Amino acid sequence: MKPILIILGMMLVTYTPRLLPGLLMERFHPPAWFEKWLKNIPYAALGALIVPGIFAGETWLIGLVSGAVAVILSLLRVHIVLVMAGAVLAAYGVQVLF
Amino acid sequence: MRRNSKEFIRGIKAGLPIGAGYFPIAVAYGALAMEAGLGIRDASLMSLIVFAGASQFMAAGMFIAGAGGLQIIATTFFVNLRHLIMSLSVHHKLEPTGLGLRALVSFGVTDETFAFLTLQTEGETSKINPYFTIGLNTAAYVGWNLGTLLGCFSAQIIPAEISTAMTFGLYALFIGLLMPSVRRSRVAVVVAGASMILNTLFCLVLDTGWAMVLATIAGAAIGTAVSEGEA
Repeated sequence: MKPILIILGMMLVTYTPRLLPGLLMERFHPPAWFEKWLKNIPYAALGALIVPGIFAGETWLIGLVSGAVAVILSLLRVHIVLVMAGAVLAAYGVQVLF
Repeated sequence: MRRNSKEFIRGIKAGLPIGAGYFPIAVAYGALAMEAGLGIRDASLMSLIVFAGASQFMAAGMFIAGAGGLQIIATTFFVNLRHLIMSLSVHHKLEPTGLGLRALVSFGVTDETFAFLTLQTEGETSKINPYFTIGLNTAAYVGWNLGTLLGCFSAQIIPAEISTAMTFGLYALFIGLLMPSVRRSRVAVVVAGASMILNTLFCLVLDTGWAMVLATIAGAAIGTAVSEGEA
């Protein structure tokens, strides 16, 4: 599939749920379990995006080191962009050293 | 008319911190989307018409992982489905207005604009002016798209050795998004942990994209079941 079609598809599936409440207004009341499930989806998607992909590089060591740097920097409540920069530098360092 | 443009400008001012917060993250998105093989046109088109940060990074990640189109769209759908609930509360707080404006307000519903509109005005009985909301969304939208463009252009001057390491910036972003929730809620730990394990297992038998979609749906469901048990 061409990237532009994928992006159009992404728009369709993103805008529709945003739009529906504006159209239906008060006639729509989702059950509580559904709301909970929706709230949990981003955590699940993030988990699936991190593991096992992060270990799939040239060597799993790169992912381990840069991932650990990201965890530590996030725990220190550093700005997200600096967390990313730190992890990229760590990955670059491991690449150079090994 | 005068009141509406005033509200719009008030909305833009209120949205500036959101737009400014989006900006550097969008720069990172632009650079990573280029790294994922999307050109400037497609990378910025995604910011222009999808306008949903986390899912755009996820799509870039899936492009890198070699996932197929349907898999990327399916993940986007499930990840952004939460905006249904957010849009519901935003529209609940909105002054009655025409369909066109409601459609426009809907487009700008993100985690951050939702949080601002519902939390900042919590306890206030008065409804929110739609033009204020659209102003707020505009500031966020402009910040996100300007950042994307800058990111796309800066990607071209990043040296090749760094750019292979840049995919690890993507993982770092995902970790950085996850950590605050993991600190705060045990359910988030269970959900993320479960989907990591499930995805690793699914990857053995399915291709990357569908494994992610299934792990996401099932991981979230496990968390929901756990929190039901607690309540």
